[in-house]
Amino acid sequence: MPDNYSFGIEPVSCHAFNKDRTQVALSLNDSEVQIHKFAAGKWALTDTLAEHGQRVTGIDWAPNSNRIVTCGADRNAYVWTKQSDNKWKPTLVVLRINRAATSVRWSPQENKFAVSSGARMIAICYFEQENDWWISKQIKKPIRSTVTCLDWHPNNVLLACGSTDFKARVYSAYIKDVEEKPSATSWGSKMPFGNLMAEFSSGGGWVHSISFSANGERLAWVGHDSSVCVVDAANGQQLTTVKTDVLPFMSITWVTDNSLVAAGFDCCPMLYTYSSGNINFVSKLDDTAKQQVAGKVSAMARFKAMDSRAATDDSASETSLGTVHQNTITQLSIHSGTKSKCTKFATSGVDGQLVVWDVKSLESAFAGLRIA
Amino acid sequence: MSKATTNVDFRKVDVDQYEEEKYEDDAVVDDGVTGPNDAEVQALIAKGRLADALQTVLSTPPIASKNPAVKDKAAQVVMKVLTAFKAADIDGAIKNLDQNKLDVLMKYIYRGFEMSSEGNGAQLLVWHDKVFAVTGLGSIVRVLTDRRRV
Repeated sequence: MPDNYSFGIEPVSCHAFNKDRTQVALSLNDSEVQIHKFAAGKWALTDTLAEHGQRVTGIDWAPNSNRIVTCGADRNAYVWTKQSDNKWKPTLVVLRINRAATSVRWSPQENKFAVSSGARMIAICYFEQENDWWISKQIKKPIRSTVTCLDWHPNNVLLACGSTDFKARVYSAYIKDVEEKPSATSWGSKMPFGNLMAEFSSGGGWVHSISFSANGERLAWVGHDSSVCVVDAANGQQLTTVKTDVLPFMSITWVTDNSLVAAGFDCCPMLYTYSSGNINFVSKLDDTAKQQVAGKVSAMARFKAMDSRAATDDSASETSLGTVHQNTITQLSIHSGTKSKCTKFATSGVDGQLVVWDVKSLESAFAGLRIA
Repeated sequence: MSKATTNVDFRKVDVDQYEEEKYEDDAVVDDGVTGPNDAEVQALIAKGRLADALQTVLSTPPIASKNPAVKDKAAQVVMKVLTAFKAADIDGAIKNLDQNKLDVLMKYIYRGFEMSSEGNGAQLLVWHDKVFAVTGLGSIVRVLTDRRRV
């Protein structure tokens, strides 16, 4: 059974773990970020970071430098650093956007971060030593609507973004002040800042989430038209789309070099594999429904249920969903392992729960399932 | 409340058209697809080759057309085909449709609901049920989100 932790009735807007996963920073649909520490099987609140004026929309925790970056609907981003007295001190980052920020991601080397926004642009922020502040440079062309999601390529330069203009794009976010010139990749060789390396149409819906594979050669995203798309740059940028028969996904991530886990409005993580240009659905990863099939219900209880609740079938529980999450899953993150060999992943959703799924126990729970 | 004595016509102005950065859908090239050939489809229905008629109408939806009359006419033809089916034959016809055609069919079923002419309701619901059994919620989501309307 996956470990599930409830943080109350408010939705978890976003979450981020620290390096050793003993702490989690999350926001419960308000302007504060709560930091919880894991002890004795439970999460206990240790800090509250209150600086944003409006709802916090994105949190990312840099594993090595231990800095937290948060962004909110108040058009600001703050970088939080832990002081010697164990308090978190915020530094305002001026993004120069005139609409809400939607998500934020540290780059792999943690020397810059990207913020997506409703202002139809992405702000790439890096720290300038001389003036001791964070500067933002903006990528605008040719984004035509809100940017909803971001993911960095392992080379620290390329950035993938999905937008509500139904497109997934790969940009170069090369900042010459903080890094060396990058070598050529399968996405192209010329990478000046803001250069559009590739653009793909996702079909019919908003792009909710996008993810580079561990080696950066493949890019997967999910759209609101219930589709999952994968582009393989190593194979001439071949685009594969699968139109699923389930509700749209809100989040997707690679868990091995060939497998994807996606989760969304069906409140259940699902496993897909990508091989030689095909995306195949493997399995739902939540077997709570099977476990709920109770024993025989007595005739008396049956009629009582029919009388009082008009319940015609004998499913054990009429008031809860047959999945661990009771409402939409909005974010997936790798808990243990890496994108190429994930051992645990975490999901958080509108039901206020954070659930950690163990790959090994999933493989044994579903006979014959191998996440490889 | 007293009746407004000043002119309220300003409320009817569409201010979105003046927005400079208004989002425009990608220019879908009008490839001249004007929908299925009415006479051809009628002939197929008359001969009883309903499955073929279905294949024909679903392969030429006038999605790119900017002319609403063209789309209406195509929708009418599709309705004729759908209502000509007997309930028992629907399953067989659906089996031969690929994912894209099933999505187009679902779009037409909802178009049919919109047009709500008296006789069609029950038959359309049967179609909806059968297509849903094959394609699931995904195709209904695509009817709602796909910008390329039928």
